[in-house]
Amino acid sequence: MTMICLGMEGTAHTFGVGIVDTEGNILANVSRTYDPGMGGIHPREAAQAHAKNARAVVVGALEEAGISLGDVDLVAFSQGPGLGPCLRTVATAARALSAWLGVPILGVNHCVAHVEIGRLSEGAEDPVTLYVSGGNTQVIAFDAGRYRIFGETLDIPVGNCLDVFAREVGLPHPGGPKVEQLARDGRQYIELPYSVKGMDLSFSGLVTEAVRKYREGVKLEDLCYSLQETAFAALVEVTERAVAHTEKKEVMLTGGVAANRRLREMLGLMAEEHGAEFFVPPMSLCADNGAMIAWTGLLAYRHGVRQKLEETVVRQRWRTDEVEIPWRRSSPCR
Amino acid sequence: MPLIRKGAEANLYLEDFRDVLHPAGEGKVLVKHRIPKRYRVGELDERLRDSRTVLEARLLSDAKRAGVPTPAIYEVDREETRLVMEFVEGERVKSVLEEMNSSERRKLCELIGRQIARLHLAGIIHGDLTTSNMIRTRDGRVYFIDFGLGEYSSSVEARGVDLHLLKRTLRSTHHRVAEESFEAVVAGYEREFGRKAKEVIRRVEEIERRGRYIAREERSRMR
Repeated sequence: MTMICLGMEGTAHTFGVGIVDTEGNILANVSRTYDPGMGGIHPREAAQAHAKNARAVVVGALEEAGISLGDVDLVAFSQGPGLGPCLRTVATAARALSAWLGVPILGVNHCVAHVEIGRLSEGAEDPVTLYVSGGNTQVIAFDAGRYRIFGETLDIPVGNCLDVFAREVGLPHPGGPKVEQLARDGRQYIELPYSVKGMDLSFSGLVTEAVRKYREGVKLEDLCYSLQETAFAALVEVTERAVAHTEKKEVMLTGGVAANRRLREMLGLMAEEHGAEFFVPPMSLCADNGAMIAWTGLLAYRHGVRQKLEETVVRQRWRTDEVEIPWRRSSPCR
Repeated sequence: MPLIRKGAEANLYLEDFRDVLHPAGEGKVLVKHRIPKRYRVGELDERLRDSRTVLEARLLSDAKRAGVPTPAIYEVDREETRLVMEFVEGERVKSVLEEMNSSERRKLCELIGRQIARLHLAGIIHGDLTTSNMIRTRDGRVYFIDFGLGEYSSSVEARGVDLHLLKRTLRSTHHRVAEESFEAVVAGYEREFGRKAKEVIRRVEEIERRGRYIAREERSRMR
């Protein structure tokens, strides 16, 4: 029997609602994003924006899907990781909705959901995934029942690195696209700190140095170009190690920073060198969205995962590799 | 040129000394070639390959100076980003550890522990302490190879991670003898390192509890 799941995403500045059925049809995917202006995300303000937008986004999603609330069989929500106030707001909305409808509720790991929606939309079976956004930077691959982290940032996420740089040099929010645009006119590569430690990455030294160089009068276009080249080379290198080690034949890019064309190009070149297929989901599914939460909720529910109400408490630091993945058989890693 | 291993970062070739270095030479040499990456901008690519080639050569030779057997470096070719080094003949600790009797094993592990302590006292972190990266020669010496993920650091954290990695490797690859082996490694480490070894050993336990390095031993085997 087909089930319909309504998924709510709200780990950071985007509140999204997706409606997906067990066949993998995405019936609706609607979102609203809180614009922090020049100051960066304030968690409580973002949470308040989510609370204000929740009703309109839910109604919009139901309209887009052409269903009514009574058709929803399962409510899923982003349980973590993310900003505390945002997570609690969305969890509250999800609990209320599930109680009112009398349907089960299931909390979903945000990072796992990014990978799962990409597998669904691109038909990738077993990719090494580079997940890059304003809040996360991880290299993820499935091995022995779980999504393992094969590399991650030790300090700030790469999206945050680009945003902070943009803000410090006076570019408007969102900074990433602005940096990318200016980088196209960069001509000279300027040496910046490159930090890959074993499998892990670090970006805080990079952004500090780039801002310092800007204040010294280095051309902004050249700095944007060099910042991108340096940060992305590190991302691709760590992903490459995971590909070489796991010998997987698929590479996927997701998260908000996946919009960047230069990053796509670099990761694609690396995949090609390793004879791996390269996937990037459409941006509506790369950025934070409700559909990924709905789909992952369905996968879990169908494979026997259940939650009591007291287990729906949010998990700000929920790690990707803590989640059991019963819907995937162990993969031929190595 | 027989390629013996293709990693993410470098290719390894086994070649004749006389072909690579000098016609009067004999035997085999190992050539580690860091290959250019098309995906990164030329200046950065060259800088990374050059600095890593030089760093690895320094680590290998400083480790030797600290009393830890490592392959001799014959040539640091910065132009081609190649290292030409001694080909160490022997058996990987990985393939002999479980074959030996327990008193032999204890001796071997204590020696490994002492050598890790010597590295750490010299400010060297190996970065990839697995039993595949240790070669026992016929005269009973243990060579540490592949410093490609190594660095200079004297922090307790870096030392702890270094040892933790070995512990994880023992558990995943040598489950049957893991505990006794690591105990012997620690005993050797403490004897060589001295009083402050306790701090490092405590850090190993703390790192383990953090869970951050769950798949670490797999992750750092990648190259």
